[in-house]
Amino acid sequence: MIAFYVLAIVLISSAVFTITQKSPVYSVVGLLVNFVALATLYFTLNAEFLGVIQLVVYSGAILMLFVFVIALLSSGIGPLPEGPNRLPHVVGPALLAVLACFGFLMFGALHAPVIPALVQNAAIGTVGSANVFGSIGNFGVALFTTQLLPFEITAFILMVAVVGVVAIAGDAVPQGTHGRHLRRKRSKDREPIIKAGR
Amino acid sequence: MTVDVVNYVSLSAVVFFIGVAGVVVRRNPLIMLMSIELMLNAANLALVAFSRAWVNNAGHVFVFLVITVAAAEAAIGLAIVVAVFRNARTVDVDEVARLRG
Repeated sequence: MIAFYVLAIVLISSAVFTITQKSPVYSVVGLLVNFVALATLYFTLNAEFLGVIQLVVYSGAILMLFVFVIALLSSGIGPLPEGPNRLPHVVGPALLAVLACFGFLMFGALHAPVIPALVQNAAIGTVGSANVFGSIGNFGVALFTTQLLPFEITAFILMVAVVGVVAIAGDAVPQGTHGRHLRRKRSKDREPIIKAGR
Repeated sequence: MTVDVVNYVSLSAVVFFIGVAGVVVRRNPLIMLMSIELMLNAANLALVAFSRAWVNNAGHVFVFLVITVAAAEAAIGLAIVVAVFRNARTVDVDEVARLRG
């Protein structure tokens, strides 16, 4: 119980830290703390495989992507220019909208049908033991038998993402008239991502 | 006073709306993308809590799917940021208004 409240405080404060920092690098650090706290919350909910996935995929892969893009964007031009501070203009309406949405959500939550309590029973067991709810074996059986189609759609989503990223940000352009025209125009006003060794 | 599903879902709602506030208030596309990650994670927390309450694995598989979509979304979003930055030389989404009608 103490663990939940400590983790909740860490989760909320790191989320606020993330969206209030001026520099994106500090935001990434806040987000890292947020993800680690969330992974620990997953462990408290008997979802050990998801906790590990959260650490590996989010903290390991996605945050590194953010860090690399920040480093890439600010390389060679010094610190990024900061636009005018618009926070005073939008903070009132934004707070109002957020509070209204939150009020609706709490209203819905208070009128929700009854939800079973988080009781401990034999099917759930302790976190870390084999063949209980949320263990890797249990999750794997569900993933490869009853929920196989979502798992295969996952592969398709990742494929689309890879193709999309290369199409949007890759330097190579397809051959052909359109491609050649595009390449000449692009190579003039664009700096290469990786400079060729000299 | 025990920790129940409603505690986890309330926490999830709070984090979700911190993410909403981040997307609404901030104009830096990188921080907006991070706020979207916050929202996706909040939804994941609610899914895991309900999954635990009903002792049903389907929520875990759904979280797995959401994590995959989040990874794809982050990769494509950051690619768009890089592509826009190459042309516009700014990271303020209000100044990238070339497509405004």
